[in-house]
Amino acid sequence: MSHTAEHSSFLAHHFSDAEQQRESAKLGMWIFLLTEILLFGGLFVAYAIYRAWNPDMFHNAHYQLDLRLGTINTIVLITSSLTMALAIRSMQLGNKKGTIRNLILTLALASVFLIIKYFEYSHKIHLGQLPGKFYTFTGIEGNNPHVFFSVYFLMTGLHGIHVTAGMGVIGWILYRTARNHFSTQYYTPIEMTGLYWHLVDLIWIFLFPLFYLIG
Amino acid sequence: MASINYLNEPKGIKSWLLTLDHKRIGLLYLFGIMTAFFLGGVFAMLLRLELLSPGKDFFDADTYNQLFTLHGAVMIFLFIIPSIPAILGNFVLPLMIGAKDVAFPRLNLASWYIYVFGSLVALYSIITGAADTGWTFYTPYSTQTGTSVIAMTLGAFILGFSSIFTGLNFIVTIHKLRAPGMTWFNMPLFVWALYATAIIQVLATPVLGITLLLLIIERVAGIGIFDPAMGGDPVLFQHFFWFYSHPAVYIMILPGMGIISELIATFAHKRIFGYKAIAFSSLGIAFAGFLVWGHHMFVSGQSELAAMIFSFLTFFVGIPSGIKVFNWVATLYKGSISFEAPMLYALSFLILFTIGGLTGIFLGALSVDVHLHDTYFVVAHFHYVMMGGTVMAFLGGLHYWWPKMWGRMYNRLWARISVALIFVGFNMTFFTQFILGAKGMPRRYYNYLDQYQPLHGFSSVGSWVMAVGFVIMAVYLIHAIFRGRPAGSNPWGALTLEWTTPSPPLHENFPQTPKLTHGPYDYDTVTAPMT
Amino acid sequence: MDTTSSLFLPPAGSTIAPEVDALFNFILYTGVILFLIVTLATLWFIIRYRRRARTGTTSGIAHSTPLEIAWTAIPTVLILIVFFWGFKTYIKMNIVPKDALEIKVTGQRWFWTFDYPEGASSTNELVIPVGKPVKLLLSSKDVIHSFFVPDFRVKMDAVPNRYTITWFEATRAGEFNLFCTEYCGKGHSEMIGKVKAVSEREYADWLEAGSRAGEGVPLEEYGVKLYVKKACNTCHTVDGSASVAPTFKGLFGHEVFLTNGTRVPVDENYIRESILNPQAKIVTGFQPVMPTYQGLVKDRELDALIAYIKSLQQ
Repeated sequence: MSHTAEHSSFLAHHFSDAEQQRESAKLGMWIFLLTEILLFGGLFVAYAIYRAWNPDMFHNAHYQLDLRLGTINTIVLITSSLTMALAIRSMQLGNKKGTIRNLILTLALASVFLIIKYFEYSHKIHLGQLPGKFYTFTGIEGNNPHVFFSVYFLMTGLHGIHVTAGMGVIGWILYRTARNHFSTQYYTPIEMTGLYWHLVDLIWIFLFPLFYLIG
Repeated sequence: MASINYLNEPKGIKSWLLTLDHKRIGLLYLFGIMTAFFLGGVFAMLLRLELLSPGKDFFDADTYNQLFTLHGAVMIFLFIIPSIPAILGNFVLPLMIGAKDVAFPRLNLASWYIYVFGSLVALYSIITGAADTGWTFYTPYSTQTGTSVIAMTLGAFILGFSSIFTGLNFIVTIHKLRAPGMTWFNMPLFVWALYATAIIQVLATPVLGITLLLLIIERVAGIGIFDPAMGGDPVLFQHFFWFYSHPAVYIMILPGMGIISELIATFAHKRIFGYKAIAFSSLGIAFAGFLVWGHHMFVSGQSELAAMIFSFLTFFVGIPSGIKVFNWVATLYKGSISFEAPMLYALSFLILFTIGGLTGIFLGALSVDVHLHDTYFVVAHFHYVMMGGTVMAFLGGLHYWWPKMWGRMYNRLWARISVALIFVGFNMTFFTQFILGAKGMPRRYYNYLDQYQPLHGFSSVGSWVMAVGFVIMAVYLIHAIFRGRPAGSNPWGALTLEWTTPSPPLHENFPQTPKLTHGPYDYDTVTAPMT
Repeated sequence: MDTTSSLFLPPAGSTIAPEVDALFNFILYTGVILFLIVTLATLWFIIRYRRRARTGTTSGIAHSTPLEIAWTAIPTVLILIVFFWGFKTYIKMNIVPKDALEIKVTGQRWFWTFDYPEGASSTNELVIPVGKPVKLLLSSKDVIHSFFVPDFRVKMDAVPNRYTITWFEATRAGEFNLFCTEYCGKGHSEMIGKVKAVSEREYADWLEAGSRAGEGVPLEEYGVKLYVKKACNTCHTVDGSASVAPTFKGLFGHEVFLTNGTRVPVDENYIRESILNPQAKIVTGFQPVMPTYQGLVKDRELDALIAYIKSLQQ
């Protein structure tokens, strides 16, 4: 923004004070998270319907998922939420180095998550455990086991896209932190990124039991 | 225009394409959305032309099917959903609550670019073999047909983000940027309506997004979610689709209702009757609108219990709409009513929307709906609600705020002639369709039995009358922008805040933060001079 | 005709129709009264209170508790009546009488096939006895279709891979239009059949005759009938105009160009293959949309259709 001379550098012209700007950003972010939940909500409904129709097939198919890798990924993602929270805390205390260190850690953990996901995916592709008409695997009993993998790839795939997008945003925040854009007075973008990252984490916490731990 | 205002400063095409000013973004939307309205209108005229007589007149069946799909999809996704919020809402919402801009101006500009991009993707389908599925994209037809379904649904998917971001922006703006003294119950009713609309935009649109995404993936990769041959369920698509698209009709009508409240109060020069009833009924409609999607599926084989619940709830969406109509009529009582063009649109709305609402009762009643479902009765009903309702309100609002947007007044006589032509043409076109439908004429028919010809012919003639009205309107509105008589800051003597700034307004809306001295409809205590 | 055949509704032809029409008319008359109240009040106010002076304040009336209660309560009562009335008839439409005659209805692009309990079948013409409940078991072979007979006020979707059920009882003999009301593509508006309601005796005769159909009739003449009966006419014209599919006029004996680049002469075997396995050879300029008639036509019927197409050579 160019015409903000009379305010402090981060205050946009149409807000009367920093508090109003921060509150607006927060509300906007929460509404955005709500839309994300509804976006995934459609897929959760699809999951519920197809599982209710084919409970045995879902149960048989879930054995094909690697519980060990899924558990590791859950721990990795929860830890990344912690480092994200620590990054915000550091900036609140004016510790720029701490913020940078924690953001890098978050990025690293997100990468670990995606790498593990890559190995899981490539193993399934190799076995032909794929959605719909690409499904060639034969080892699962029950009707239409390809539906399980359709839902699995759709939900974890959409989640993976969100992780990737989140990494992009964290990278941008990291750059801005390094360029001294933030201070103890103004760190809203880091806080908003944190909210988003926790949601991504939260969705995985629902996906993990629904796919890996079907009783 | 001698003084400096938002139109002439800064200058240059770049200053418009990169503008963060909500008023300029409103005008950018005006340009894009009216182009879509024109296209959708041309498609409609071609459809009525083909239906003039049975059999082949001008196009073959494939072209006809593509035309009605284009008409529906363009009118719904490119025109009517964004029309009132994105053009008029963007322009007047911050002015009405005394703010300098919306909460997130850059997101607002991004929404416009997303709108343009989504529209282009949707229209690109015309080049690649326009979709012939109808705007509802029902599976399994939509996953099997050879036409360009992906471009159209991808376009609608992208447009959804534009709609979500506009809604998000408005909610935050209304919560956080109201001027001092602008309490919730001091807000104009149009703001309340935009608020209720924004809630639906934010909550319902993501579900459409995921539904269209599933449809696209189904078409590309055959994942078997909706394909019955692979264990999927085509009726599930209908549930998903209507879970969005029924609330979406409230995205379309609620802001229109908000405009009508403004128009009737201003031109009756009268305190609005039942302010809180109108405000809360908007929220009530927004909420109840989420619970009635199954009434589109009474003959799809869903269970009787589901049909009963959906029918019951459907009737309860009707009550708040009825209450609004009664409140508007009561507002006229002991007013001082003038018949400017915007008021004529508001009165047209009252009549047409009442017909649209009452014919909805036929369709909500289970046994009668079995007969009327997917006939021209339904076509007539939603055109009465959407065109007789929303479009009339939109045009009323456009005529109401046109002098504020451009600082110039249109020719009031031609405006009255145009609204009369549109009103008469509309009823000729669509009232006949109630009769056609009740007599059994199914919708989406390229050809029809001879017995329906007289009514179809009359309907087509009506569409020409309407078209003349629209052409006249386009001429005098565009003429007004360049040659119109300069309009003062408050040509209608209204009491809401947007009329306290000059026409056209300044870049930051108000010289200083406005102080509220009276409510939006205090016509019993305050008189604003017409300037 | 009875009183229910109004400006709006077609004449009633089933037992359920008068019930539907009664509710339709109730909503219609109540709606007209409500519409007149709103419109006349509006008209009265805008004339009585039209603006005479330019300025001045107006009355501050913004509430009237009795009025607001009235205009909330009265519509609520009215819609509750409409809801229960509609629901009651809807339940009737969905509970099939025990002694109903069951007919299997199959929709496909773009015709209907009806299979009767006695083993007979027909295409695009549903023959039913008057005064006997008929249960329809519907499904579709491709996309969603919807079975609609306006005079009977009956409509039900036909969905692929599942069955839907509806029923009706015709009250008078005659021919009634049968429409497809769920959009199904190019031939949607041509997917029009007939319901022929006849006496029980005629129905029995028809079933009997069905098994001997075409006997003693010259092949060519029989083919003319089958052309309509098997719904060939939905897509193939006999006057030379191209529709969804190639016209039959002048088809036989000529060569046609195929989408795979080759060309073949139209002879008896080509026609036979095109009826039983329509996707095998597609003429250029047309879509591969024809469903197979395997199992739907007998050998003699094939012979008759070939004879008819032959006769259209000039």
